Amino acid sequence: MQTECVECGAVITVSEDVMQGEILACSDCGAELEVIELEPLTLDLAPMEMEDWGE
Amino acid sequence: MRVGILCSRVRVEEKLLFAAFEAMGISPLRLDERTIAVQVGQYLPEVDVVLERSVSTGVGLVAAQLLEAAGIPTINRYETAAVCADKIRTTITLERAGVPQPRTEIALSAEAALTAIERIGYPAVLKPPVGSWGRLLARVNDRDAAEAVIEHKTVLGGIGHQVFYVQEYIEKPARDIRAFVVGTETICAIYRSSPHWITNTARGGAASNCPVTPDIADICHRAAAAVSSGAGGVLAIDLLEDPARGLLVCEVNHTMEFRNSIDTTGVNIPERIAWYVLESVGVLA
Repeated sequence: MQTECVECGAVITVSEDVMQGEILACSDCGAELEVIELEPLTLDLAPMEMEDWGE
Repeated sequence: MRVGILCSRVRVEEKLLFAAFEAMGISPLRLDERTIAVQVGQYLPEVDVVLERSVSTGVGLVAAQLLEAAGIPTINRYETAAVCADKIRTTITLERAGVPQPRTEIALSAEAALTAIERIGYPAVLKPPVGSWGRLLARVNDRDAAEAVIEHKTVLGGIGHQVFYVQEYIEKPARDIRAFVVGTETICAIYRSSPHWITNTARGGAASNCPVTPDIADICHRAAAAVSSGAGGVLAIDLLEDPARGLLVCEVNHTMEFRNSIDTTGVNIPERIAWYVLESVGVLA
């Protein structure tokens, strides 16, 4: 599956087993992208890391 | 059997956990905490048990409370997660249980923090009471550095940085130990090696297999039992090897990451977690 980076417009190729909520990195601009919807495949910029994130 | 996995960000670990349940014939329901807007007692997703995997400590804790308030069991239990999420609560709990840990002082003002650091001795380590991935840790080597870090935390830090968690620095052998505990059993462990004093794999520490010795199994059993009031959980316990005192518990993590530790240890960690979740609600018992 393919879609576009919402930051720079580069083509993003996504594997068939991608999950909603998964984070992808744009190989062109480095933006972190979150999979918002699977049908249709929709990406958005991933939330910025927060201070309480972790294990 | 209906299993929920609570998460917003799907990391490698969450994908592996979904796959582990799928391999057991169970399709977990993904619960995105960002969609929660409920009355207390009314958060009732159609599941029998929830594995809490939120990347946000605070949000995960609230979600676990809402689930438990509605009668849905969570792994980890809210109280276990709350103890692990707050290093002060962890330290108090381990102290009560007599589990060895680095000497620690808590200070509630900038002046008191300097006193605590000087009493601990240099180098000392300052940690945010809530935090992970080695973020905002400071090794303070002398009084000048102590004054600088304290001033920065006081002026620039949020309210959470006005409580100072001060710990002795352990001269460890360029590594620490991350032990993976399911229930109260240590299922495997890794060394995290780094020339840097912070050895988190999130900060570049290299993982290698660490045999689970009786000493590791014992201290982890005691630590896991302490933070969970004996119930056990899914926990990652970080151990420091003190040259004189032996193993010390540095921290206990309640939403552990394990992507680098499956091949390293040969243990299928997500499968063991999935079994534990099912056992917790009477399946596979």
